[in-house]
Amino acid sequence: MPVGASTIIEVRDLKKYFTIKTEGVSEEKSLLKAVDGVSMDVFEGEILGVVGESGCGKSTLGKTIMRLHDKTDGQVLYRGKDLFAKDPAAMKDMTLKMQMIFQDPYSSLNPRKKVSKIIGQPLDIHKIGTPEERLERVAHLMEEVGLNPKFRTRYPHQFSGGQRQRIGIARALALNPEFIVCDEAVSALDVSVQAQILNLLLDLQEKYGFTYLFIAHDLAVVEFIATRILVMYLGRIVEIADKHELVGNHVHPYTQALFEAFPATSPKGRELKKRIVMGDVPSPINPPQGCHFHPRCPYAVDKCRQAYPPLKEVSPGHSAACWVVQKDI
Amino acid sequence: MKSSETMDIPRIKEPTPLQETWYHLKKNKGAMTGLGIITMFVLMAIFAPIVSPRDPLAQQISERLTPMFTNGYIFGSDDLGRDMLSRLIYGARISMTIGVVSVGISLFFGIIIGVTSAYYGGTFDKIVMRLIDIMLAFPYILLTIVIVSLLGPSLTNAMVAIGISQVPRYARVVRASVLAEKESDYVLAEKALGAGNFELMFLTILPNCLSPTIVQATLGVGEAILNSAGLSFLGLGAQPPTPEWGLMIASSKQFITNAWWIVTLPGLAILLAVLGFNLFGDGLRDILDPKMRN
Amino acid sequence: MAEKKEILLSIQNLSFSFDTQRGVVNAVRDISLDIRKGETLTLVGESGCGKSVTAHAINQLNPMPPGKVDHGKIMFRGTDLLTLKRHEIEKLRGTQISMIFQEPMTALNPVFTVGAQIADVFMTHQHMTKQEAMERTIDLFKLVKIPAPERRVNSYPHQLSGGMRQRAMIAMALASPEPGLMIADEPTTALDVTIQAQILDLLNDLKHKIEMSILLITHDMGVVAEMADRVVVMYAGRKVEEADVFSIFETPRHPYTLGLLNSLPSNTKYKNARRLEAITGTVPDMRTIGAGCPFENRCAYASEKCGQEFPTETVLGESHSVWCHNYHMVKEG
Repeated sequence: MPVGASTIIEVRDLKKYFTIKTEGVSEEKSLLKAVDGVSMDVFEGEILGVVGESGCGKSTLGKTIMRLHDKTDGQVLYRGKDLFAKDPAAMKDMTLKMQMIFQDPYSSLNPRKKVSKIIGQPLDIHKIGTPEERLERVAHLMEEVGLNPKFRTRYPHQFSGGQRQRIGIARALALNPEFIVCDEAVSALDVSVQAQILNLLLDLQEKYGFTYLFIAHDLAVVEFIATRILVMYLGRIVEIADKHELVGNHVHPYTQALFEAFPATSPKGRELKKRIVMGDVPSPINPPQGCHFHPRCPYAVDKCRQAYPPLKEVSPGHSAACWVVQKDI
Repeated sequence: MKSSETMDIPRIKEPTPLQETWYHLKKNKGAMTGLGIITMFVLMAIFAPIVSPRDPLAQQISERLTPMFTNGYIFGSDDLGRDMLSRLIYGARISMTIGVVSVGISLFFGIIIGVTSAYYGGTFDKIVMRLIDIMLAFPYILLTIVIVSLLGPSLTNAMVAIGISQVPRYARVVRASVLAEKESDYVLAEKALGAGNFELMFLTILPNCLSPTIVQATLGVGEAILNSAGLSFLGLGAQPPTPEWGLMIASSKQFITNAWWIVTLPGLAILLAVLGFNLFGDGLRDILDPKMRN
Repeated sequence: MAEKKEILLSIQNLSFSFDTQRGVVNAVRDISLDIRKGETLTLVGESGCGKSVTAHAINQLNPMPPGKVDHGKIMFRGTDLLTLKRHEIEKLRGTQISMIFQEPMTALNPVFTVGAQIADVFMTHQHMTKQEAMERTIDLFKLVKIPAPERRVNSYPHQLSGGMRQRAMIAMALASPEPGLMIADEPTTALDVTIQAQILDLLNDLKHKIEMSILLITHDMGVVAEMADRVVVMYAGRKVEEADVFSIFETPRHPYTLGLLNSLPSNTKYKNARRLEAITGTVPDMRTIGAGCPFENRCAYASEKCGQEFPTETVLGESHSVWCHNYHMVKEG
């Protein structure tokens, strides 16, 4: 983490549970613990990557920080101020400073609105500037993300996926935010377009000093863009470290499995048998007792079946939640 | 920034949703027939004073019960010697008004109830939906009759009654599509920008839920015409001498054996108008429902 | 290269178009490819490049109309599949040519157990009794490594996880009497990485156990690296490069192939880099592509000629061909 950088977001033991009705003979309600006690800090100017497989709660984490979901428990602080405090004035301030870029460039833009309206909407909502100033700002934003302002009267369906994602980015920039949650922002794009958008996100970050929470299931993308990486499994953080530390020196068995499973970058040496972790990702409804990963873990011991390991520092700035790694068995 | 090369854009103009609908509509024979019939009735309604040969209310007792195609009466005359053609044309004006106004009433309340109920969800939604279930459980004609008897029989009250009795249906259609739409990313995105509830409900979500609503409304116009004719037939709607189709049937039903056209022609007019709206509505459903979400 | 095996399927100069309301889309233009017995051929390209249309043309899964074969032949065991009638092709589907999809849920019938659906293949095509068919199904489940196969055969599709469903689909594809060609259309795209690794491993395993040919369609170069013997790179309906998998990764000669590899953030050259070498621009509109190379507008090596005519094949080696006027300018990544 950057030395001396200030904390922009503090997440303290955040929990987000959903009540799921299971349709069946007897209607039961069960709890889906999407985010189950996550604590972390996001430092100013960093790109914190969040990886994990489906159902690990990474997207819910991002959306709860953005207050698109109500929290179940815990705290999210933005520069020390509680994001869930019910103070409308403070709330508005924070809305301006925190923005989000969504996964699907097709569903995240209102199909009935013109591009100028979509990008300018945050300005309209918060009544910033005169109509002329807003138009000018929209044109500027479009240029900023590599779109010709001449096309501002078009509708989203007239653009390609990559161009739509640029529109989504321009919208997120409109209010000069400091902190942007990128929720699978490049996952739906073709590789060649994905590369363009990753570059654009980096360009913008360097120019404006944004802080990103970059959520993705693709380890390669996170490994490339992030400065620090957080790995989630079934609602909890299993490992967190600076990028280079995590890539070179990951200790949690799940992180290892993730790196092993990642397809090769070249056919060379593919005959070498990889250690593929077997089994399915369990459902976040009723996850396994103890450490959630123990049924798939090759190193699991008795203790892993009984209690969930705490997230503990294994070296400075590098924490993992694993009894075996912590040698506490 | 350097990525200006991405500024190029398809050179072919993409059709707007409206153009796309029209393209599919043109291929759908049923819908086009329906549209033709509707257009005919609408034109008749608008230009009634110009196209009708005589005054629809002027009685010519000496020429009562003139058969079709005689003495310049193309569709004959009725038991009071009024020109059937003119009465049918003016009837179109009344029926179209009934259709549009009552559907307008249903739409207005149906949309407000459907959108708010789906958007807020929870207990509010449950209560509203149960109330709507209760309304739907009433036989519909009974409900209309109750409303009309409360308000007193007249054409206006019939429209209000029909409109109100159909509100639950629209509320349900709107609610269903709002439920599907409200979890969309674009709604979340606008929420993240700080958009208020009113804006989200009516300016963001609603415009994207219009397709099924339009289909329902088109089918609803035909139904409203049919229902108002029924009410008028029962004496609860239009009052004589208004040239309302249902009323025309009611007031001349005893002549069915010796002057069939007085009863049959208004009946055919109702049939044709309802058929037109149903054909068009069904065609629209085929076009709007399955796709449009690509 | 190992000795060449017999050709199982041969697509010859296939052109396929869709007549849409917005104009004619030439989705596939003049594609030729051969799949040999026991080999895995991957068709790789980005969305809209025509890879799925090509594969679906084999067992006539493209909607026709609006789709239409403009030109070409697809030879499979001595017959041209394009001349077959509907019921004849339906007979081939699931017996000699099987298919697994990105989302197996759409290909499995939700109201029957997975076991019953697979047993049904045995019963209709090989006239087995129900008992025999069930036993064979359980064997297949063992082969595709579904745990507790005796129990799983009685599961309904929705009771299985995504990975298990894909295994069941693979089992179904193997239920044919003479497993010939398996078309795998983005088989792991909807799966998590750890599950994807399991499925890819299984497919590779099966390929060695039974001599099966796989036509694998994917957009993911990582999957290509793990699976392919030979690779056909497609762009905007055209085949732009074809080679064995090692040549594609080590000495790509088409600017698009090179660009695709450079677009991967996992490319080893990006250790510590802060920018990717992205291909600029976007895929051209399929209705406006003229006679020239479709990649011309995004290509760093484009010359005047590229806009005018699509290049002919340049053979670079025994198994490496490229369709590019300026391939000699392309240096290895």
